[in-house]
Amino acid sequence: MDHSATTAVDPAVRDAMIPYFSEKFGNPSSLYTIGREARRAIEEARLKVADLIGAKKEEIIFTGSGTESDNLAIKGIAYRNRKKGDHIITSSIEHHAVLNPCKYLEAQGFKVTYLPVSRDGIVNPADVEAAITPKTILISIMHANNEIGTIQPIEEIGKIAKEKNIPLHTDAIQTAGKIPLNVDALGVNLLSVSAHKMYGPKGVGALYIRKGTTVEPLLHGGGHERNIRSSTENVAGIAGFGKAAGLAKERLPQEARLAVLRDSLIRGVLEIKESYLNGHPVKRLPNNANFRFSYIEGESMILNLDMKGVAASTGSACSSTSLEPSHVLMAIGLRPEEAHGSLRLTLGLENSQEDVDYVVSILPEIVNKLRMISPLAR
Amino acid sequence: MTDGYSEKVMEHFANPRNVGEIKDADGIGKVGNPVCGDLMWIYIKVKDNRLEDVKFKTFGCGAAIATSSMVTEMAKGKTLEEALKITRGDVAEALDGLPPIKMHCSNLAADGLHAAIKDYLERSGKK
Repeated sequence: MDHSATTAVDPAVRDAMIPYFSEKFGNPSSLYTIGREARRAIEEARLKVADLIGAKKEEIIFTGSGTESDNLAIKGIAYRNRKKGDHIITSSIEHHAVLNPCKYLEAQGFKVTYLPVSRDGIVNPADVEAAITPKTILISIMHANNEIGTIQPIEEIGKIAKEKNIPLHTDAIQTAGKIPLNVDALGVNLLSVSAHKMYGPKGVGALYIRKGTTVEPLLHGGGHERNIRSSTENVAGIAGFGKAAGLAKERLPQEARLAVLRDSLIRGVLEIKESYLNGHPVKRLPNNANFRFSYIEGESMILNLDMKGVAASTGSACSSTSLEPSHVLMAIGLRPEEAHGSLRLTLGLENSQEDVDYVVSILPEIVNKLRMISPLAR
Repeated sequence: MTDGYSEKVMEHFANPRNVGEIKDADGIGKVGNPVCGDLMWIYIKVKDNRLEDVKFKTFGCGAAIATSSMVTEMAKGKTLEEALKITRGDVAEALDGLPPIKMHCSNLAADGLHAAIKDYLERSGKK
C-alpha cells in the first residue's frame, strides 16, 4: 500500500514499450523508416498525455522525470524572467523537487516566500494574494501533497495568478491519473507529471507549458523538444508514458472508487486509540491515508508491516537520510515526536476491500507491541 | 530503509529480548531525545557487583530497538566493570553491523547501559 511511491508498470504499457528497444530503435530525428516510426510513437504519446490534462499536444515537453519537470518549470521561468523580477511564491509542503530548486535560486539572489498551510494541510489562496509583490515572477503550488494527500485550491489560486498576470506552476505528479485534470479549469501555465506514478515506466516525465509561456532551457544541445529539452528522446519510455496516460484517463472512475476503500481504511485504523488522521478529511487524494500514532516511531511500524507483507511509508526521520522529520508534517504543526509516529498508506487499483481489512486487522497488534516497548506510552 | 539491516538486526527487532521495566531497579539510564526519534530507557538490577537483570524500553526505529535488545543480552550476568567496557561498536558488531546512517542516531544502547550503571553507582554512594 505504497502506490504514491511508485506503481508497477502495467503489462499493456510494457507491451507498448517493447518494440522501441530493438526493433523500431531508430532515432526520432532520423528521416528513414525506423526513425519516423520512433517519431510517430513520441507524437502519439504527446497527444495522450495532453489529453489526460486537457492540454494541446504542442504544449507538452517530455522530460526525464517529475523532478526534472519541476526544475524546468521553476528555474526555467526564473531565469527567463530575471529582468522582470526576482520573487517566487511557493508553499512549505512542496515536494523536494520544488523546494530544492527554490533554495538553489535563493542562493543565487532570488527571493522565495514559503507559504504556511492550515493544520489540515491546505494553502490559503488569500495568503498567496497577500504575498504577491511587483517583483513576483512565479507562483508554484502543488496540486496534491505526496505525503498527506491534501488537494490544494489551485483553481482559486489560478484566478489570482491570472488577474495579476503571474505564471502559475503546479506539481500534479500525485493527481495526474488519480483525479480529472484540466489545465484551463486549474488556470495553470505550467504543470508537472510523471509516468511511474500512473503505472508507467520510471525515467520519464512531462511538463505542460501553456502556449505563450516561455521558459529558459536547462539542457542545451541538439534542440529536441522544441529546443526546450535537448536530448535524444527516451522513445520506449515516452511510448510507455503515452500508453499509461491513455489507460489512466479510461480508469479515472476506478481511481475515484478508491475513495471508498480509503474511507473504510481510515475508519478501521482510527479505531486504534490515540491514533489520528493527518491531512484534510475530505480534500484529499482518493488513494491516500496518512495516520499518526502516539508513542511509537514510524520505521518500526513499516518494518513490522513489511514482515506481514504490507508495504507502507512514513514521514519519520528514521526512514530518511536527512535525520529530520518530514517537513510536511512539521508544517501542519505536529511536534517532532508526533511526526515520527506517522504512517502513510496509499492505495492502488489492484488493492481490494480484503487488503484494507487485512491491514485494519494486523495494525492494532503492531501498534500495541511497539507501545509495550515504548517508554513514552503510559 | 531496511536496506542494510542485517538478519540479526531484524531478528532482534522482531523478537526483542528483555523488554520492560524493573520496578525496583537499582539503576536507570535514560538516553536519546524524542525530537530525533530515539529514546531509550535501560533498567538494571545489581547483585554482588553483577548485572543480575537488565531490561529496556525504547521509542525508535528498527536499529534502536535491536541495539537495545542486544545490549541487554550482552550485559546480563556481567560484572559492572565488564559491562562498562561494552561500547557502541561492540553492540553494532554483535548485530553484524548497522547501516552507516544508524551508527550515530540509533546506536545509543551502550550509552544507556553506562548511564544506568552510573545511576546505580551514584545511588549506592560508590561514586
